[in-house]
Amino acid sequence: MVLSLIVFLPMVYALFVAGLPEKAVKKATLGLSIIHFLFSLSLLQFFNPDTANLQMVERLTWMPELGVTYFLGIDGISFWLVLLTTFLTPIVIAGSWSSIVKQEKAFHISMLVLESAMIGSFLAFDSILFYIFFELSLIPMYFIVGIWGGENRIYATLKFFIYTMAGSLLMLAGIIYLIFQCDTQLGQISASVLDFYKLDLPFVSGRLLNPQNVLFFIFCLAFAIKVPMFPFHTWLPDAHVQAPTGGSMILAGVMLKMGTYGFLRFVLPVFPESVAEYTPLFMALGLVGIIYGALVAMVQVDMKKLVAYSSVSHMGYVILGLFAMNMMGLQGSLFQMLAHGISTGALFLLVGVIYERTHSREIAAYGALAKAIPIYAISFLIITFSSIAVPMTNGFVGEFLILFGTFQASPYVGSVAVLGVILGAAYMLWMVKKVFFGEEGAIVKKYPDMPDMNWRELATLAPLVIMVFWMGLFPGTFLRVSEKSLENLVKNKHNYNISVELKEDDSRSLGVNSEL
Amino acid sequence: MFYVLLFAPLLGFLINGFRFRSTNAKLAGTIASGAILLSFISALFYFGQLIKMPAEARSLSFILFDWIQVGDFSAQMGFTLDPLSMVMTLIITGVGFLIHLFSVGYMDHDERPAKYFAYLNFFVFNMLLLVLGNNLLVMFVGWEGVGLCSYLLIGFWFSDPEKAAAGMKAFITNRIGDAGFLLGIFTIFLTFGTVTFTEIASSVPAEPLTGWTSPITLACLFLFIGAMGKSAQIPLYVWLPDAMAGPTPVSALIHAATMVTAGVYMIIRMNVLFLAAPNAMMIVAIVGALTALMAATIGLAQNDIKKVLAYSTVSQLGYMFLAVGVGAFGAGLAHLMTHAFFKALMFLGSGSVIHAMHEEQDMRKMGGLKKYMPITHATFVCGWLAIIGFPFFSGFFSKDEILWMSFHSPRGHWLLWVVGVIAAMFTAFYMTRLMAMTFWGKSRVPESIHPHESPVTMTIPLIVLGFLSVFAGWLCVPHGLGSVLPGHPHNFLDQWIHPLMGKLEMGHGSLGMEFGLMGVSLVLVFASAFMAYRFYVVDPSLPQKAQARVKGLYDLVANKYWVDEGYFKFIINPLVRLSRHLWADVDVKLIDRATYSISDLFKNAGGGLRMVQSGNMQVYALYILIGVVVSLFFLMAR
Repeated sequence: MVLSLIVFLPMVYALFVAGLPEKAVKKATLGLSIIHFLFSLSLLQFFNPDTANLQMVERLTWMPELGVTYFLGIDGISFWLVLLTTFLTPIVIAGSWSSIVKQEKAFHISMLVLESAMIGSFLAFDSILFYIFFELSLIPMYFIVGIWGGENRIYATLKFFIYTMAGSLLMLAGIIYLIFQCDTQLGQISASVLDFYKLDLPFVSGRLLNPQNVLFFIFCLAFAIKVPMFPFHTWLPDAHVQAPTGGSMILAGVMLKMGTYGFLRFVLPVFPESVAEYTPLFMALGLVGIIYGALVAMVQVDMKKLVAYSSVSHMGYVILGLFAMNMMGLQGSLFQMLAHGISTGALFLLVGVIYERTHSREIAAYGALAKAIPIYAISFLIITFSSIAVPMTNGFVGEFLILFGTFQASPYVGSVAVLGVILGAAYMLWMVKKVFFGEEGAIVKKYPDMPDMNWRELATLAPLVIMVFWMGLFPGTFLRVSEKSLENLVKNKHNYNISVELKEDDSRSLGVNSEL
Repeated sequence: MFYVLLFAPLLGFLINGFRFRSTNAKLAGTIASGAILLSFISALFYFGQLIKMPAEARSLSFILFDWIQVGDFSAQMGFTLDPLSMVMTLIITGVGFLIHLFSVGYMDHDERPAKYFAYLNFFVFNMLLLVLGNNLLVMFVGWEGVGLCSYLLIGFWFSDPEKAAAGMKAFITNRIGDAGFLLGIFTIFLTFGTVTFTEIASSVPAEPLTGWTSPITLACLFLFIGAMGKSAQIPLYVWLPDAMAGPTPVSALIHAATMVTAGVYMIIRMNVLFLAAPNAMMIVAIVGALTALMAATIGLAQNDIKKVLAYSTVSQLGYMFLAVGVGAFGAGLAHLMTHAFFKALMFLGSGSVIHAMHEEQDMRKMGGLKKYMPITHATFVCGWLAIIGFPFFSGFFSKDEILWMSFHSPRGHWLLWVVGVIAAMFTAFYMTRLMAMTFWGKSRVPESIHPHESPVTMTIPLIVLGFLSVFAGWLCVPHGLGSVLPGHPHNFLDQWIHPLMGKLEMGHGSLGMEFGLMGVSLVLVFASAFMAYRFYVVDPSLPQKAQARVKGLYDLVANKYWVDEGYFKFIINPLVRLSRHLWADVDVKLIDRATYSISDLFKNAGGGLRMVQSGNMQVYALYILIGVVVSLFFLMAR
């Protein structure tokens, strides 16, 4: 019951908000999303990190002829991603406080629906249910960019929508194929992800077109676009530049992680032979993503575009860590997903703060901001250090573990990947230098009495800054939860399985399918 | 008590950090200096404790918590106080305190002294992490942390774009080294299964490994790349001269006495590992010797007083690497210590001069300052004699030991000795030149400036450091020299760290040889210093003539061998150009166009169905639908 509440309460809140007068919407949504975050913290109480089993399972029959069930569960892989979503949502709403002025109600409803969809995709263990949540998340995002975005918003939102849609529709075909495979191989039609793990998909090494490979590439394409991986990343800079601050935050903070989560949940365990065969390809693409993203970020003129390309680079690390397929790499990747969610969310928030004051994101137009608005400058520097992985911040732990894992898997790839450490510092510090130091730029002269960050903005940023240091100093809090689940994956590459943990009283009261 | 030692500077940072708008330099300085003093007193307390323990057991460990634990890998937030980290801690907090004290006077008129002192305290905290960490990862935390503080302090007066750029250059160049350091950590863990120093030391094979590709050699080389960055060795030294853009006390503390010696400390800490990799040690020694020579030649032709000192620092660091590269770890540490004293002294002295000259740093506008600034001059003389290796000043003992070892050690070579002696000759020349141009001869001070001696808070640190520069050498008297000096002084420093050192059989060198070589180097040094005196005091027209004679060579040196320009021309600019191409051509033209043409393809291919088309969306949806059907069909029919 708890998981269902965590998934669907935001939608219920959305209905409630819909009935409120326009003026009260903002405050109500913020309050409700905070309540929802506090409620989701109850997971800490229920969740047992000492097992790789699927926990708090809820399962109801839904479309029996296709084996589709309403199937929710949580394990060490989803745990912190769910909390990341519930944690970021109130921050995003507070961060949009003064920037969203038209159709406030629709915006907040979209945000709440989006929250539900994202949490749902992290908790769904039925492939069709996952697919529905995965696609559902596109719709509110489509509106967020399309209605509250910048000048070119329609172009950007269409590009975003079609790009991701094209990828995931193919995945639907793959899912349907797998469902029927369950019937053939296991004697029972099933859409459960856990049953997919049991499948032995026909694979011929060295041949590109065999069922496992085709399915592997279909799934990879869907998730690669979402991540986004080089060369499917070109929708991201456009979407970010046009999206409102809140949209960018949630897009970079959580939605991109749905892609890497997909790799972790579906691609790596379901297609082990293809993964083994194409690991070099994906490591190469991850590597190219890191270097390419960083190089292109270095020559950007727009702050948001720079941060968007830095995301391409950071997500390249995640891909690299995932395909390293060892404990360091996987733990690092999962950690980096959280760390990137926090620090890139914060970067977009900060870019939004200055944009509200000057309506410009042109790096060259700034300069000497550190003198004009010092508290803002300090905040930006702290987040910059987190983004370039200075030790004691969250960025370091993820990057370190990923590079370590990669080096362990392949010293050559690892040796090239560390170049990202240098380039990352280069583009971020270059931007910091241009924007905050040096002589006053045109924009700064134009607004001589620019106000420094106000209390609302500081309060919005504060939780993110706290998390930056918490994750950097006590990464154990997070690593411990995912350890067993990832260990299970590393140790059982070819016969991966997750068992379901059933609590007697739970199953009875919820009427869980007895065939389980 | 240990946590006072470690966290007092952090507390000072937090206090001053939260009141960063304060303009009260006295208060901010008192808080910051007090924090460091507290640290220093605690360090002295532990020094007393260690002395009381038996030599082999001198190690205190403090574990804070488990930091990162993944699979077999685990790194603690753990610290060790042993003879080596003790020496470093005393230098850092002791010299650090003096420099904080000096800063109170120096930063008196600054707009944001609280911020300055906050950064300075944070630096000391990170430096302590670096030297006290009991494993490579904690060392790396400090390693990056000090780089961060260096970045913030070099760019402290960030309104000047050049200073901001210097900070950025320092950070990025250091990052290149840090990337190497990371690879070193990885290699070491994969080889030994641990990153804790004591465990690494105990699992290194006793026999040295020849060859280049053994993991130990690679690990050492990777770590040395880190040291090249942090300790400004060829080819990554270029950031240090630019780093002089920071306030002068920062140059004294970070860019002379402590941070830049981190690479030397790291190699001494990992000495057992390096001893097992003779090839890596050879590289260390060669790079060190070449850096010592090259930087010294550049120092000959600089006119900015701080730039001379900066290149001098690079050169002296080269000596330290030469020492550790030939296995003379004790000599390396000795020079690290004496250099920390005399170079901090000279940087603070130059700060005192710059303060008196109203921010003028060009030595061509100085001269004859001796009579206006007697204390600064007197202490500077101590530093000068120490660095050129005047007999029985501190630098004499440490440098002589390095030169002797580079010749005598089984890992040494006579060529290294030759390079070292030539560099020492140049050192004597440029330092005498600096003294002459600044303090002696005729005054070239513009009339608008009235130089004056600095206030007491600034002269006291100078006097203390002057005292140390004169006498600290007696803590590390080389063995051969000690045997003939009255009272037979021991090499206390060498004995103190001996339990931590790996075995390297030095053999017995003849005393005659040792003194002969020393005599040669002394004669050359004196001749060189005398020549500089003639050039810049007796007959100031000589330098012009000499320059004209070797014009090509002079230009090469005065322009620092065009290394910076080369880096821009061959690495940085091409990289930026490449990035522009990637963005404009690959991203926009290639990838985006390809996606559009794919969608166009479907649009045109579906020509017959165009009638139903009312908008773009549907065309795309259709194409997607077709795709689904086709792939479903393909998969089912398999």
